[in-house]
Amino acid sequence: MRIKMNLNGKPLESDASADMVLLDFLREHECYSVKRGCETSNCGLCTVLVDDKPILSCSYPLARANGKSVTTLEGLQDEAKEFGGFMADEGAEQCGFCSPGFIMNVLAMVNEFENPTDSEILNFLSGNMCRCTGYEGQLRAIKKYLAFKGAEK
Amino acid sequence: MRIVNTSVRKKDAMALVTGQPVYTDDIAPKNCLIVKVLRSPHAHAIIKEIKTSDAKNLYGVECVLTYNDVPQKRFTMAGQTYPEFSPYDRYILEDRVRFVGDAVAVVAAKDEKTAEKALKLIKVEYEVLKPVLDFRTAKDNQTIVHPEEDWKALVEVGGDRKRNLCASGVETNGDLDSIMSNCDVIVSETYHTKAVQQSMMETFRTFTYYDTYGRLNIVSSTQVPFHVRRILSNALDIPKSQIRVLKPRIGGGFGAKQTVVSEVYPAIVTMLTKKPAKIVYTREESLIASSPRHEMEVKVRIGADCSGKIKAIEINTLSNTGAFGEHGPTTVGLSGHKSIPLYTANCEAFRFSYDVVYTNHMSAGAYRGYGATQGQFALESAVNQLASRLNIDPVKIREMNMVRQGMIMPAYYNEPNNSCTLDKCLETAKKNIGWDEKYPCRDMGNGKVRSVGIAMSMQGSGISNVDKGSVTIKLNDDGFYSMNIGATDMGTGCDTVLAQMVAETMECDLDNVVVYGVDTDTSPYDTGSYASSTTYITGTAAVHASNELKQRILDVASTKLNVPESDLVFDGKVIRSIDNKKEITLKDIANEDMCGNNAVLEVTSSNFSPVSPPPFMVGAVEIEVDKETGHVEVINYEAVVDCGTTINPNLARVQTEGGIVQGIGMALFEDIIYDNKGNLFGTSFMQYKIPSRLDMGKVNVSFESSYEPTGPFGAKSIGEVVINTPAPAIAHAVYNATGVWHRELPITPEKVIRGMIDLEN
Repeated sequence: MRIKMNLNGKPLESDASADMVLLDFLREHECYSVKRGCETSNCGLCTVLVDDKPILSCSYPLARANGKSVTTLEGLQDEAKEFGGFMADEGAEQCGFCSPGFIMNVLAMVNEFENPTDSEILNFLSGNMCRCTGYEGQLRAIKKYLAFKGAEK
Repeated sequence: MRIVNTSVRKKDAMALVTGQPVYTDDIAPKNCLIVKVLRSPHAHAIIKEIKTSDAKNLYGVECVLTYNDVPQKRFTMAGQTYPEFSPYDRYILEDRVRFVGDAVAVVAAKDEKTAEKALKLIKVEYEVLKPVLDFRTAKDNQTIVHPEEDWKALVEVGGDRKRNLCASGVETNGDLDSIMSNCDVIVSETYHTKAVQQSMMETFRTFTYYDTYGRLNIVSSTQVPFHVRRILSNALDIPKSQIRVLKPRIGGGFGAKQTVVSEVYPAIVTMLTKKPAKIVYTREESLIASSPRHEMEVKVRIGADCSGKIKAIEINTLSNTGAFGEHGPTTVGLSGHKSIPLYTANCEAFRFSYDVVYTNHMSAGAYRGYGATQGQFALESAVNQLASRLNIDPVKIREMNMVRQGMIMPAYYNEPNNSCTLDKCLETAKKNIGWDEKYPCRDMGNGKVRSVGIAMSMQGSGISNVDKGSVTIKLNDDGFYSMNIGATDMGTGCDTVLAQMVAETMECDLDNVVVYGVDTDTSPYDTGSYASSTTYITGTAAVHASNELKQRILDVASTKLNVPESDLVFDGKVIRSIDNKKEITLKDIANEDMCGNNAVLEVTSSNFSPVSPPPFMVGAVEIEVDKETGHVEVINYEAVVDCGTTINPNLARVQTEGGIVQGIGMALFEDIIYDNKGNLFGTSFMQYKIPSRLDMGKVNVSFESSYEPTGPFGAKSIGEVVINTPAPAIAHAVYNATGVWHRELPITPEKVIRGMIDLEN
């Protein structure tokens, strides 16, 4: 099938097999930040934005993305560096394999909530698994980042 | 100290958080054959016939391999050091399958779809045999998991394949029976810990290719590159000189990748086809055919006097190694060696005995804690029960009996306890959790009860007299250092931690030290990153190498300045004579070194240790039990750790938090469950649940650092000790809330409710 989308700000047209999920298409198009940690939409590693909303690309049929705007961490490098710096300052990236999907969802959360509470943060991100950190360092990074962004305003 | 004991960023941090392609599957060549494994539907069977012609004839299929196509030479997939304690008990493919998920055939095709299709076209006729599924019945069972004559143990560890025994042994110290018989009170209980999955986010994966020199290159997500080389040499029956192993970034390991789980399949494909090949395990494969924690049944007997002094400890462990013996003979040891010494103070005698048995479950492997987790769940639970029986505060009974600095530990190879603040850890944990106010429980008046529980732990720092770490440091033009290591950073941050030690010793900025690892052709030998060894073992090598290089730089400066070395001072950038009259910069030394001299400003140092100093910790938990549903919610976890000097406090803290949450998963819901035919239920993260950020409450970490005289800058280890306390602490808290001891993990709501109902009746 023929697929048209806007990938990370650039128009893209490509042939792809009809049973493909968005994740595999993105990795084929060199968006290697998009990772697969399971095949059952449990881990959140494959999170990308479709029309600015976070979705799990492992269970998102490619055809659904037709005509839409898809954003991966490759397209948000400035934001990734900014928030990622707070992660790095906590040592909370550890193996880093879950970081891209997690950061995509954090950036989506920041778009939706002005000043999220701890409970809102934990609930919003509950689908993003991490086996290394025990999550506390990620929470510290998010809170420091939110305070930093709040002070910027 | 300027750099050691500071929380610098990991050197790879920004690459990871910006999603750079640095992991195995990101850097694999695009033209790799895709390798898939056909897996057994039976727990125990003989392959009578296997027809591969339809699969081979499928367009795009490169090869279909069965037991007829692979070397018939037994090896072990356990990544362990010479002389290798795990038995040589497997082929790459065999005509006997020993668990549901065992490899039957290997397919390589041009793409994933074709490979999947080919798997379906392979026709296998099995003779289904009776499996051994309950490890309590495995020893001397009529079904023998390894009837083959060529089964081989390289080291005598009490194994006997005809009895389904992978290993067995007994150790005693003192006259246990007579001391036990004189005790006022004896607690004797049996504990059952289940197999659980490391569940690192990056599943097993490897790609392989031949290089210019006709050598087989293996790029793999592994903790043990040098062991991969040896194991593949054994498995493929080719010389080690023909194999090169490279480790890119690793997406977590926790011991899982101390077993060579995925490497053999693409390696044999590349060897036979000469083409690049790649395997990426699905999560399902990673859950059904991998290297989880050994299921153990631990029988504990503690003898004490009526004041609570623990006089005698007996531990008998039955360990389930599954279909193969990977890490079987060694994990079991820690269930005794790393539990009994916690109670050294008054202990006059102990006995530790064990059997490790084969069953038709997937092979177990190495998982953070490595047997200590299982043994400590049992012993800590029994000590809590002893305190309850004697009506002594569980904190107090530990204060009376715990191992302290300066003691010799007979149950820990008679090692002296040179650095230990376990007493302070206990005091701090008690204070932080609010023990005196909260123990044992408070009824919240809404059907819920809040309670507290406590446990202690120890681990080791490397394997004494075995583990060896090496570091090469080279001075380069303009005066920057490159460090080459054989230890494997798997997200834990050892690249950074070791560079911190070098920068501290060389008195330079961290950015002035670049790190490379691991390539078995060029990296200095390291046993690998496991057994909590890297900071302690390889760290010491990093310090030695730095000091030696510094010495060589001073030698060169002394010649150039014509000043005796003893009159020179090196501040990291400049070497000056003490009278300040002469000086030369490191930059000049480095650049002048590039021509016209024979100086070697490059040093490799290796290090092993005759001791394995234990890190210690105390975990105190507050939980809330819903008496209507049996649900246990962790409210607050106080972790207090003595890992010696924290080289990087942030990384040590995150290690601790991560370990605690893995331990909470093991305590409350992680469980590998088989049905009565040996089929596994937990084939995805839907059924095998690991903790999310809503399942762990609040974890608070404190450090009570001792100073380990044999460690680099006083450091011990941190990686493993942090997983051990949640299970016994939570079981203790559940008892304090409900009056029921749970001796089998995980402590699910069903078990909590059933326990409360049974108690009422």
